[in-house]
Amino acid sequence: MMPDIHYAAILPELCLVVFGLGHLMLSFTVREENKGSLAAMAILILAVAGATMIPLWNHPVVTFAGSYAVDNFALFFKWVFLLAAVLAILHSGSYLRQEGMEHGEYYTLLLFAVLGMMVMASARDLMVVYVGLELMSITFYCLVGYLRGRLGSNEAALKYFILGAFSSAFLLYGFSLIYGITGTTSIAGIHTFLAAHPEAMAAPLALAIVMVIVGLGFKVSMVPFHFWSPDVYTGAPTPVTAFLSVGSEAAAFAAILRIFVSGLSGQSELWTGLVTALAVITMTVGNLMAIQQRDVKRMLAYSSVTHAGYILVGVVVGGSVGSATVMFYMLSYAFMNVGAFGVVAALNRTDGREGSNLDHFAGLAKLHPALAAVMLMLMLSLAGIPPTAGFFGKFYIFMGAVKANLIWLAIIGMLNSAVSAYYYLRVAVYMYMREPEGEPQVMVPVSMRWSLAASIIGIFGLGLFPDAVLALARASAAAF
Amino acid sequence: MSGPIPLQWPLALSALLFTLGVVGVLTRRNMIQVFMSLELMLNAVNLNLVAFARHSESITGQVFVLFVFTVAAAEAAVGLAIIIAFYRNKQTLNVDEFNLLKW
Repeated sequence: MMPDIHYAAILPELCLVVFGLGHLMLSFTVREENKGSLAAMAILILAVAGATMIPLWNHPVVTFAGSYAVDNFALFFKWVFLLAAVLAILHSGSYLRQEGMEHGEYYTLLLFAVLGMMVMASARDLMVVYVGLELMSITFYCLVGYLRGRLGSNEAALKYFILGAFSSAFLLYGFSLIYGITGTTSIAGIHTFLAAHPEAMAAPLALAIVMVIVGLGFKVSMVPFHFWSPDVYTGAPTPVTAFLSVGSEAAAFAAILRIFVSGLSGQSELWTGLVTALAVITMTVGNLMAIQQRDVKRMLAYSSVTHAGYILVGVVVGGSVGSATVMFYMLSYAFMNVGAFGVVAALNRTDGREGSNLDHFAGLAKLHPALAAVMLMLMLSLAGIPPTAGFFGKFYIFMGAVKANLIWLAIIGMLNSAVSAYYYLRVAVYMYMREPEGEPQVMVPVSMRWSLAASIIGIFGLGLFPDAVLALARASAAAF
Repeated sequence: MSGPIPLQWPLALSALLFTLGVVGVLTRRNMIQVFMSLELMLNAVNLNLVAFARHSESITGQVFVLFVFTVAAAEAAVGLAIIIAFYRNKQTLNVDEFNLLKW
């Protein structure tokens, strides 16, 4: 008997598998002087995968015996992954060339990480969530440790690997308990079972939920499971950090929305309290730590912890309204975070010395006015100042909280947002009000310029036409 | 002795193994021992899944175990490669020597 598989719906994933492997084969034949074409090929593959998703829009399909959903919700997230991957690849080429490590497998690994994220966004079964999560994580372990001659990269990879495997074991134990309680791993099946037996095994179910929150909370760097993120973000190659901070977080939030907001919506009293508390702790701790950092890469790492806290507010609000605000936030976050790490990558290499210390940003406005202006706009967007994407991302999330009668949560979020302006604007102060040390040459390669330009267009595009994108996100979230 | 093993037994064993794994990861100082403890945690989950599958007479749990096996194998390959890369640069596998980045 042939299984009933809707191949057209999984065309983007097939595209990435087949062309990704093809890219790996082809990369062995590419000569040293033509290595730049590897990045172009990878972008082309991502573009083709993105194009194959267009006809799937508004035609939701559930395939693989109900375990894989290709609906607008999944497609929205998949486009965010592809976008972040393209922006990160544009930053990668010249960075890797500088390190003498521009090999084909880097791009193949990146494509497979995107594949893992896509599987997570479409998963309607705990088994598929797990496989997607591990595909993404294992490729990221490799990518973080990609600069294998560098001790910092080794150490970051080792920490990420141990803590990542540790947390996914918790996730898996939680999944096994959920399976034991409900007798199924299908998220829809779990929802149906728990609706029919609302009082079933509340204590083991609560334990299972806590373990799943530990596992997925690790991936979104939720406090107190965030210890890995500053170290890994600092040690990893900067373009990988850019992609990791956006992609892995977006994929984990897609899974969180599917499991909690859709599957366990009937049990919300078991998890909303905990997630609310974690959201508050996450944004506050992230902020307090970010203030103390003098290394911009590390500051951005803690700032992404803070942003995870804001996004968790959207998860607490739940329903299609909360989900839509999370999706809008992820899209704007992809533009601003990849851009911010991209500026760090551009500065890192051309400034003679190693590092991403605040002092390296001193006087950047004189050395390279355009790069300084780009960084300023990205910082304003991360701080949430209108008319940027970052402002509307936060605005929608906090408005959702107010409408859900969580006014105190919205107020805590806004206070945190105000505090965060301090460390974002400190970068601007260094760039515009300090004198440069020495006369370092700052030259931004063409591909990085493209990526940064796309980020700027993205944050202002979303800032000027937020309603259209939010309506799109609402339409996607309504049906999942 | 007759009748099937009660569900509580494998579950208790699995919980014990998982706890041992957690304690091992948190207290061991050697990378390889940490790694073995991680595998212990995954196998505790497998035991859980098989026990539940047997109890509820559904095949899903056993299929899940196959996936966990496969992923664990891939994870072991990558993990050991990372450990070797680290050892080449640092000549030690002691967790306390991870001091370049603040933990």
